[in-house]
Amino acid sequence: MNYFADVRALTRKDLLLELRARDTLPAMLLFVVAVFVVFHFSLPSSSSDLAANGLLWVAIVFTALLGLGRAFVPEREQRVFDGLVLAPSDRSAIWLAKSIATFAFLALAEALALPVFALFFHGVDGTTIAAVVLADLGICAVGTFVGAMAVVTRARELLLPLLFLPLAIPILIGGVGASVVDAPGRYLAFLGLYDALFALVCWAAFEYVVTE
Amino acid sequence: MITARKLGKSFGEKRVLRGVDLELARGGFAVVTGPNGSGKTTLLRICAGLTLPTDGELHVDADRAQVGYLGHEPLVYRELTALENLELYGRLYRIPEWRERIGMVLERFGLWDVRHERVASYSRGMTQRLALCRVLLHDPALLVLDEPHTALDAQGVELLDTQLAELRGERTFLVSTHDPARVAPFATAQVALA
Repeated sequence: MNYFADVRALTRKDLLLELRARDTLPAMLLFVVAVFVVFHFSLPSSSSDLAANGLLWVAIVFTALLGLGRAFVPEREQRVFDGLVLAPSDRSAIWLAKSIATFAFLALAEALALPVFALFFHGVDGTTIAAVVLADLGICAVGTFVGAMAVVTRARELLLPLLFLPLAIPILIGGVGASVVDAPGRYLAFLGLYDALFALVCWAAFEYVVTE
Repeated sequence: MITARKLGKSFGEKRVLRGVDLELARGGFAVVTGPNGSGKTTLLRICAGLTLPTDGELHVDADRAQVGYLGHEPLVYRELTALENLELYGRLYRIPEWRERIGMVLERFGLWDVRHERVASYSRGMTQRLALCRVLLHDPALLVLDEPHTALDAQGVELLDTQLAELRGERTFLVSTHDPARVAPFATAQVALA
């Protein structure tokens, strides 16, 4: 299975780069914890759990955006994209590997941030954790795709949120819904469907994003 | 190996390449010359498959796995070591016995002793040598080299010229340069861009 060997080699490279540079995960972690701290002191004490749930999802989306903005920085700054595109491997392997690496960073940031959320606001149940995992999959699939589109433009810092946030709205709807209703199955299924559909589209279309 | 007819490239309103004809047989060595901004890099990027032409016809009888491209950037990660960079490319190009091959090219370009050091700590000349290792790693049939002597010291130039001499006739070369005299002994064709 050459395809998965390529994905493994590219993912390993992304994880190694983060291990050396440490410029994505610490930033994501600091950001998400800072958001919780700020809202802990700015929200009135009478605020409902519903408001806290909404805050959790806003924090997740913007933390992810921070990570996605950094995803292609090594390729852009060191102009290595040409080297990856020239390699005879399937170009969608670049997208899949980058999505896996971004998912790993986001999941790690959340693993540390969710206990902080529980400390400041309220406990996080299994349903919310399942919704967060499903949302992360969709965020990383779509975000990596639009990140690759944005990275070659001059207005990349502006373009990434402009492209990503509208596409993340269904994820927010599914995530918040799964966190607050009594029967979250419908919302979790919606998130799963979103993940499958957009992952398939991004996988098939990535070739055109990196080909002039 | 490469046949181009009336090849052209525009970026929006700006035309950077106009009506280039090129016929390069297998085993040939074409030298691309011209002043700054004449489109040398663009022509090489088109032939390497990195950019699509906007005009004309191009046929390159080599797939991506058979092309070795050296651009103005080394196309390696500065935070990785030379070994890690070449391992990545070795896996992506599915080179059989890639460990031995990596050892061979690193030895050839005098980088074996610094293979575990990050590329960020390399001088520009060493980085260019590593870029040449990357290009030669998968033993490509078509070598597209954009000003390959840039940044190399005297020893690096000698190593490169030795490689060019060894591979001449066995591999096909498309080389751009500001110093045609340096590659003149190898050249079988010349493309002069205005």
